[in-house]
Amino acid sequence: MRRFARPALFIACALPLAWLVARLLGLAGAGLGANPIDELMDRLGQWGLRLLIATLAVTPLAVILRKPWIVGLRRMLGLYAFTYLSLHFLTWLILDQWFDLGSIAADLAKRPYITVGFTAFVLLVPLAVTSTAGWMRRLGPLWHRLHRLVYPAAILGIAHFWWQVKADWREPLVYALVLAGLLGWRVHRARRRAASPAAAVAVR
Amino acid sequence: MKLPSGPRIAPSEITPPERYVTRREIMAGMVGAAALASVPASASQDVRLKFSRNARFSVSDPPNSRQDITTYNNFYEFGTDKGDPARLAGRFRPQPWSVTISGEAEVTGTFTLEDILRPHSLEERIYRLRCVEAWSMVIPWVGFPLAELIKRFRPTSRAKFVAFKTVLRPEEMPGQRIPVLRWPYVEGLRMDEAMHPLTLLAVGLYGEVLPNQNGAPLRLVVPWKYGFKSIKSIVEIRFTERQPPTSWNLSAPREYGFYANVNPDVDHPRWSQARERRIGSGVFAPRVPTLPFNGYGEQVAALYRGMDLRKQF
Repeated sequence: MRRFARPALFIACALPLAWLVARLLGLAGAGLGANPIDELMDRLGQWGLRLLIATLAVTPLAVILRKPWIVGLRRMLGLYAFTYLSLHFLTWLILDQWFDLGSIAADLAKRPYITVGFTAFVLLVPLAVTSTAGWMRRLGPLWHRLHRLVYPAAILGIAHFWWQVKADWREPLVYALVLAGLLGWRVHRARRRAASPAAAVAVR
Repeated sequence: MKLPSGPRIAPSEITPPERYVTRREIMAGMVGAAALASVPASASQDVRLKFSRNARFSVSDPPNSRQDITTYNNFYEFGTDKGDPARLAGRFRPQPWSVTISGEAEVTGTFTLEDILRPHSLEERIYRLRCVEAWSMVIPWVGFPLAELIKRFRPTSRAKFVAFKTVLRPEEMPGQRIPVLRWPYVEGLRMDEAMHPLTLLAVGLYGEVLPNQNGAPLRLVVPWKYGFKSIKSIVEIRFTERQPPTSWNLSAPREYGFYANVNPDVDHPRWSQARERRIGSGVFAPRVPTLPFNGYGEQVAALYRGMDLRKQF
């Protein structure tokens, strides 16, 4: 189980992207529909957000299931989330905006959903860069503090999604509830650890 | 059927008989075609309509493919994804159909769709459609001017607005089981907008009976307004003295006004309306500038003279 978890997760995370590429290239009769740019952007953003939330579910799962090795899968999930979100961002920058800097600047300044989405992406960049073992060693205890940026990034990511929905808030609501649960679990755990320091050493 | 307040006037008495007879021949084809509307899409060659082409009211832009028009649209009654209407409208029965005409008019009542359509000759008009979500299409509708229908029912001097209602059938329209909007969908026009020659009641698309997902069997098309004004699957047309409520305005009054005229200078509070993506132009086509009144300004701008379109958006 443990041995297969990593390659299985690697393949599972690549599947939505592979499917999108197949649709983009029109393989096996698949297609992206009438509005391929929006479809690409929406699916990449959707999977990026899902994987980001999945990344935040790793630690609670490891603790609750008492399987510390699960934490070893976190970096891969996080980097996959970053990959999808980078492609989401690039689709917007290139295909949607065509590097129209005037319109990009106006959107960043005037459209809160773009402002928060862009901010969320910028917050994730240093996390992806410092995800290697070398950077973890070099940064030491600072690494954990830096990587807390994932929390505001996830919150802003959901806000970015929520803000462009016209009337059907069900999907962003589900993401928001799951994230609230994951963050709530952390707050609860931090309080317990503060109350009894002995528990703090159990699982990082 | 409700008794009309005034003397009941058959449509045949309003239309001169010589025109009526020729129209009846056209309608014979139409009704026969409509009867086949419920058969599967594979038999779509059997749902051809008889119509003339109205080049004067058509744009020269190349129309979108039938595939794009029938698989990518908003019709929240079937779901909020733009692929949902095509996927989930199969169980919808556009026949038999009736339309209630009510309110401030001399002739009111509930009429079968055949009675509603009988006196009208159909024409094809290629219109631009601009969605409030900043994408656009070019669509060859088949229909007739709403003004011609309105005249038959003789609205009184109190009729200042026309209100429309979509059918409420949650058992056939899965989106209506979810309260994303207040069902049934309602829309409205000012009387002069409703009487404008560009305002179309459509029964067809690409020369064929409207597919369920595009608002069968009867829908409105107002090409200078955002797409949500063009209400689908109409079951009631009501003449009112006061401005009627409209669905998106009820849902988010700060974002969607009663008029909803296409206007590149008045942004949606959350996104820009300056440019639009023309569906079908490919992955590498940049957005194109949106035109005031969706390019129909010459014909309709006079309707709004003296109004502050930033406030009355």
